[in-house]
Amino acid sequence: MFEIHCPYCDEKRPEIEFAYAGEAHIVRPNAQDQGEMSDADWSQYMFIRDNVRGEHCERWWHQHGCNMFFNAVRHTVTDKFVMTYKMGKSRPTAKQIADAKK
Amino acid sequence: MSAFRKSGRGMVDASKPVNFTFDGKAYQGLQGDTLASALLANGVHLTGRSFKYHRPRGIVGAGSEEPNALVAFDRGEGRVTPNVRATTLEIFDGLKAESQNRWPNLKTDIGGFNNIFSMFFPAGFYNKTFKWPASFWDKVYEPFIRNMAGLGPAPKSSDPDVYASVYGHCDVLIVGAGPAGIAAAVAAAKKDQRVILVDEQAEPGGGLLSAQNVEIDGMAAQDWLTKSLTTLRKADNVTVMLRSTAIGYYHDNFVAVNERLTDHIPSVEPGRSREKLHRIRAGKVILAQGGIERPLVFNGNDRPGVMLASAAQTYLGQYGVAVGNEVVVFTSHDSAYQAAFELADANISIAAIVDIRDKISGDLQQAVEARAIDLILGSSVSKTSGKLRINGCEVYTASSGKKQSFQCDALLMSGGWTPSLHLWSHSKGGIKWDADLAAYVPEQANENAVCVGACNGNFGIEAALNAGTKAGGGRKKFKVKEPEFGSGVVLDHLPNYIDSSKQKAFVDFQNDVTEKDIKLAVREGFKSIEHVKRYTTNGMATDQGKTSNLNALEIASKAVGKPIEKVGLTTFRPPYTPTTFGALAGYRDGELFDPTRKTAIDPWAEAQGAVFEPVGIWRRAWYFPKDGEDMHAAVARECKATRDSLGIFDASTLGKIEVVGPDATKFMNLMYSNSWTTLKPGRCRYGLMLREDGYIYDDGVVARMAEDRYHVTTTSGGAPRVYRHMEDYLQTEFQHLDVWLTSTTEQWAVIAINGPNARKLIEPFVEGIDLSKDAFPHMAVREGKICGVPTRLFRVSFTGELGFEINIPSHYGRTVWETLFEAGQSYEICPYGTETMHVLRAEKGFIIVGQDTDGTVTPHDAGMGWAVAKKKKDFVGMRSLKRSDLIADGRKHLIGLLTDDPNVVLEEGAQIVADPNQPIPMDMLGHVTSSYWSESLGRSVAMALVKDGFNRMDETLHVPMPGTTHKAKVVKPVFYDPKGERLNVV
Repeated sequence: MFEIHCPYCDEKRPEIEFAYAGEAHIVRPNAQDQGEMSDADWSQYMFIRDNVRGEHCERWWHQHGCNMFFNAVRHTVTDKFVMTYKMGKSRPTAKQIADAKK
Repeated sequence: MSAFRKSGRGMVDASKPVNFTFDGKAYQGLQGDTLASALLANGVHLTGRSFKYHRPRGIVGAGSEEPNALVAFDRGEGRVTPNVRATTLEIFDGLKAESQNRWPNLKTDIGGFNNIFSMFFPAGFYNKTFKWPASFWDKVYEPFIRNMAGLGPAPKSSDPDVYASVYGHCDVLIVGAGPAGIAAAVAAAKKDQRVILVDEQAEPGGGLLSAQNVEIDGMAAQDWLTKSLTTLRKADNVTVMLRSTAIGYYHDNFVAVNERLTDHIPSVEPGRSREKLHRIRAGKVILAQGGIERPLVFNGNDRPGVMLASAAQTYLGQYGVAVGNEVVVFTSHDSAYQAAFELADANISIAAIVDIRDKISGDLQQAVEARAIDLILGSSVSKTSGKLRINGCEVYTASSGKKQSFQCDALLMSGGWTPSLHLWSHSKGGIKWDADLAAYVPEQANENAVCVGACNGNFGIEAALNAGTKAGGGRKKFKVKEPEFGSGVVLDHLPNYIDSSKQKAFVDFQNDVTEKDIKLAVREGFKSIEHVKRYTTNGMATDQGKTSNLNALEIASKAVGKPIEKVGLTTFRPPYTPTTFGALAGYRDGELFDPTRKTAIDPWAEAQGAVFEPVGIWRRAWYFPKDGEDMHAAVARECKATRDSLGIFDASTLGKIEVVGPDATKFMNLMYSNSWTTLKPGRCRYGLMLREDGYIYDDGVVARMAEDRYHVTTTSGGAPRVYRHMEDYLQTEFQHLDVWLTSTTEQWAVIAINGPNARKLIEPFVEGIDLSKDAFPHMAVREGKICGVPTRLFRVSFTGELGFEINIPSHYGRTVWETLFEAGQSYEICPYGTETMHVLRAEKGFIIVGQDTDGTVTPHDAGMGWAVAKKKKDFVGMRSLKRSDLIADGRKHLIGLLTDDPNVVLEEGAQIVADPNQPIPMDMLGHVTSSYWSESLGRSVAMALVKDGFNRMDETLHVPMPGTTHKAKVVKPVFYDPKGERLNVV
């Protein structure tokens, strides 16, 4: 069972307090863009997800804690969390991920 | 004193005899014995029959690695534990154990015919044999396989014992209290670390318990052990847990340790926990699990009396038991010589040491000669004899072709040592092949963990002590006088003159896998070790291949023609040893297994004799039977009473979310497909929630309490996911909106009053609200008081009758309910349950999300296109509703069905076809989603999802059901009062 650092509580808490919430950084197109998007483009947004082997940006929800959604970088082979960060921050760069591993 | 007990040796207490029975026969052992050591002291090696071939089997090991000696441990009614390893079962007065997998008894076993026909049971036998004809699958093959499968008696009644669980925390968790683990604990304790030291055995010490001729820093090993344990017991930062097995190692240093509390005690007071599962989070984990000796794979190696050399050493050193009087030692590794010497020095006759190597070290050679033991180098055991126990063996020297026979009553084998990587493997630690050891050893750690001692490939007590100390943060270097550990060789096949097809050389004793089976699997095309494992079942028994994995790997790698390090090791999985379900369940048993959520009004319903049904984790009153009514009669009565006069219903389980803030309306507009801009405070609207993919997700009545405040209701089961869905969008996509969400499901009790007399009932109790038809129209909400209690009063109807939903603070729920029920007697008020609610709503064609929809139904499919705002710029699901698939022809539509025979109630879930005479497979058009007897209409009604349903009005479709196929006509799904006139009674 993981210990997950909630960036809002700024504390490591046991995994049972959290729920996984899918891939991160998939931005919902605004109303105007939605209108202009083809079915194929919309399907890409709706249904297609990465399935990376390695560092994966994903969303977690501190359901039984502060109730906040946040993002995490986690390695899909070792399962290890590399870092967590607040919602709204951009996808970490390779350097930020490397630094977090130190 | 038993025949094989060596007095004055071991940790057993000769002054405390213990009486026990095995297979009904009485035996005596000593305090401190395991069942295995006590049986061996009585000269008993035969303890069970093997799984597949029912071959007689004896004790192989001395610890939890034991593959053969599995017994049923009988503690009385409901308390029989199957597959307990005799080598770890501590005896006590009155202990009862039974052998397994034999009938009628261990010595004469009918199932032994499998052994005679074993040439017909090769690897993959079941896959190959029980294949055709298909008609045999359930009638012949399955009963046969079920009869054959499984070891030991399955429990017949529920487990009466209590199991505990607890969380633990420490800086350093040490698994294994052998020399490495104890040294690590002592060192870590000195550094003021909080230390937990766990060991699966009753006595800490591991190999030190039976160590002979070992001195640690000038002290006898046992004295050093006593001194160190005293130090640890005195330290208040150290917890030593015995009879405690680390069963699994999970992420972030989370280790599950199962502590057995009572199985070694003759009589246990009721209510005392049998086992306790510790879930320990450790800063650092030190694995000191030791190593496991490898058997040799030779013809006849499974005969009772053939055992691991180290086990014989343990039985002598720790329990004072000689495993035989005349012993042959067969080895490929130096360490077995030590076992031979210790036995010889205890006056046990060593008939011969047989070594597959041509040469051994001069020191060993001298030590053998000093004891005048017959040493046969470059040779192997080619066969063994004896029916229920070994009585002799033949030794074959390949170079000369010479064969010699020896009489013996025990044969000790050693194929070298395997570091115990189980927990390391659970933690996803890396491993590498060590050619010198011919074993895998730990490499890169994946957690803050380290392996020390034998499980790291560092054999010998001095190495273990020093590695343990270092891991614990200490610097001390120990000086230990001990026999050299030495080295060995590993062969994939032992030389034998007997044709390999006629040999019985077992690799996995517990699953009866032989060398031949593994080679056959490779010949049949299984090249991956993971596939070989599954095809042969090697390493898949309750011992998880503790003794067999490396031998299987060696044989498979040679057969595949790849170096062993390229073949890889199969993954070890938790639990390390078989674990009771009780330990895993802990306190979550019986009523605590799954908590039941109850409303404030639930106790009243229970007192009235309601029948309940589970709805999610809620328990809800299903119907209220009167005078021996069945469900059908009760529901018919409840429906009629409600439509005729007055019904009262506990709707407290409705999900409720308070949506508040300056941007509440904007948020509602985004989350629901309806428009909220035009809804005035004080009014309600039915809300339809879609997922982003355009399908119906939830629904419910929403009241606008104020400009900036909505009282949202959701389905009973949907409340948590709707709340999450809203929070998700609010926190991520709609961050710009100033809105707060609060789950208020538990805050409000909800009483639904329905029927023509609803208004008359509540009027006298309501303060501050004008209930008149014009002042308080349908789909309005008012705040005021009822029975003196603050209320949000909704005028809504899920039944088609005049209806009110009275929201009151939960703790007033029962009082208000009872007051209204009392007053309702003059209107023959009828409490009704969820079944009547379902019937009444189905008569009106109101959907239940999750019953009439299934996650692939759009608003249009459900005939609810009216609930999708046309003018909104954006809402969740809007774009998907325009996807070509979702507007294509031929989608399934929700329609009504009326059976030709009004008395037939269709089965929910029944399939619907256009032509019942169409050859199979027929084109299935859809299925029945809701179906009830309608007392009000005097006939059955049903709703169904049917392909192109809206274009099939008045068409007759066919519903095949068991026995017959029913005809039903497609209609609009509003069966009762289609114009809604009943809402408007004055």
